[in-house]
Amino acid sequence: MTAALSIKNLRKVYGNQFEALKGISLEVQAGDFFAVLGPNGAGKSTTIGIISSLVRKSAGEVSVFGHNIDTHFSEAKQELGIVPQEFNFSQFEKVRDIVLQQAGYYGLPRAKAEVQADKYLEKLGLWDKRHTPARMLSGGMKRRLMIARALVHEPRVLILDEPTAGVDIELRRSMWEFLREINAQGTTIILTTHYLEEAESLCRNVAIIDRGEIVQNTSMRSLLQRLNKEVFVFDCSGALTAAPVIAGHGVELVDEHCFEVEVEKGQSLNQLFDQLSAQGVQVVSMRNKANRLEELFVSLINGQLDEQGAE
Amino acid sequence: MQLAQQWVALSTIVRKEVKRFSRIWVQTLLPPVITMSLYFVIFGKLIGSRIGTMDGIPYMQFVVPGLIMMAVLTNSYSNVTSSFFSAKFQRSIEEILVSPTPNVIILLGYCMGGMARGLSVGVLVTVVSLLFTDIQVHSWPLTITIVVLTSLFFSLAGFINAVYANTFDDISIVPTFVLTPLTYLGGVFYSVSVLPEFWQWVSQLNPILHMVGAFRYGLLGTGGENIGYAFAGLLLFTAVLFAVSLYLLKNGSRLRA
Repeated sequence: MTAALSIKNLRKVYGNQFEALKGISLEVQAGDFFAVLGPNGAGKSTTIGIISSLVRKSAGEVSVFGHNIDTHFSEAKQELGIVPQEFNFSQFEKVRDIVLQQAGYYGLPRAKAEVQADKYLEKLGLWDKRHTPARMLSGGMKRRLMIARALVHEPRVLILDEPTAGVDIELRRSMWEFLREINAQGTTIILTTHYLEEAESLCRNVAIIDRGEIVQNTSMRSLLQRLNKEVFVFDCSGALTAAPVIAGHGVELVDEHCFEVEVEKGQSLNQLFDQLSAQGVQVVSMRNKANRLEELFVSLINGQLDEQGAE
Repeated sequence: MQLAQQWVALSTIVRKEVKRFSRIWVQTLLPPVITMSLYFVIFGKLIGSRIGTMDGIPYMQFVVPGLIMMAVLTNSYSNVTSSFFSAKFQRSIEEILVSPTPNVIILLGYCMGGMARGLSVGVLVTVVSLLFTDIQVHSWPLTITIVVLTSLFFSLAGFINAVYANTFDDISIVPTFVLTPLTYLGGVFYSVSVLPEFWQWVSQLNPILHMVGAFRYGLLGTGGENIGYAFAGLLLFTAVLFAVSLYLLKNGSRLRA
């Protein structure tokens, strides 16, 4: 099967001799939800820049569904939708005009462009703002506008460069849902992000870039299996004066009703609970430390906590 | 990209450009009309009546073709520089650069936008000039060809300026320090025949002199002795600017990292 995206020995040396990419190779299969992770300056945006032709490569090959971006640039670009990290639309244009113009640049006849633009503006919750100049939109709306713009020609590959940067949690969740939906409909999605829980939640495969080289390229599941330690948060009913002592685990007291326990891969939780029971600690709830605040915030926004509080 | 798709892309760029300068008509269409009206009143009517004739024609009639050309070329140039540079500045140019739109379509789209503004202003200034004098067009085909080619030439020049520009200052330097002096010394307000021989020869190096001369010949039928050279030169330099602009787009310098 032809890969949705194929990168071979891609290299980029900028004018100041900085080598941003040191010959990376990568394949993303059709229908995948693929994460490209890495610290700032790792080469993620340079890679996306080259795929989208905004950055000139020094060496290597890039193909989109078998179309080489050098020799069959038109076919390759028709397959691609790009959502960049920075806002890159005219601040003075109206929302619908921006999406319609992008459709025009991909050769969509006006009547079809209008149907497509309206469809994605509605899906992304921008319909009410369609006649608003882009500069009047909130940050989250601007991000959604860029997604609508990238999808208007219905590309088979959607590349998003940190799409949820600076977006509030509720909106981030709704964007995740939208991305899952279009991925389920067959669009291959490639995502760079700093939010690891975002990649964990959405992506099936992952590549990690560091200093211009790919240091990991594997499935999300096998990467997560390599995690050898997790932190669990325990809430207890009685007041604690000191952290319980649990053999084989690191324990830290958060407050008199709460403590954190490190659990390494393969350690038994039964044994942990036995030790807590022996010390008379009554555990009333337990959760993984990751995303705790995020969950709480979403619950607050959705009003779930108020209902629980009323009970 | 198929031909029909290229046509859609081209009309999208042109539509966007026309919409842009129409939306801000107080900044784009109105000022040249007011400025040229003042020129007609001051140079044509008040001072012109004392000058009498220039090259055998009433002074008012003499300045009309020059002022129309002045409006056309400055507006064609400034539309492309300001629009393309501001797209670069806001990075909205990336919308086109990531799309399959061929470079030649991008270039034609921006130039046609510049020509649409330049020629619109030209028509408005012509209408205003009719309030001050009668114009009997000597040759419609020649007049239209020269004004369209001139507009294209300056749109291309504006495009090159915008590609090289890094700041808003960079897009005002050429119009202020190159275009304005060449226009004022380009036979708009006087015939070069009134200059000493040396300065007549120097003036021949100014391309705007030939454009204005050719347009004046097309409109009034006078001073057409060098029309062939003017036409050939305009065609040649337009082709050169077109090739340079396309090279800059293909090469991607200052547009792609």
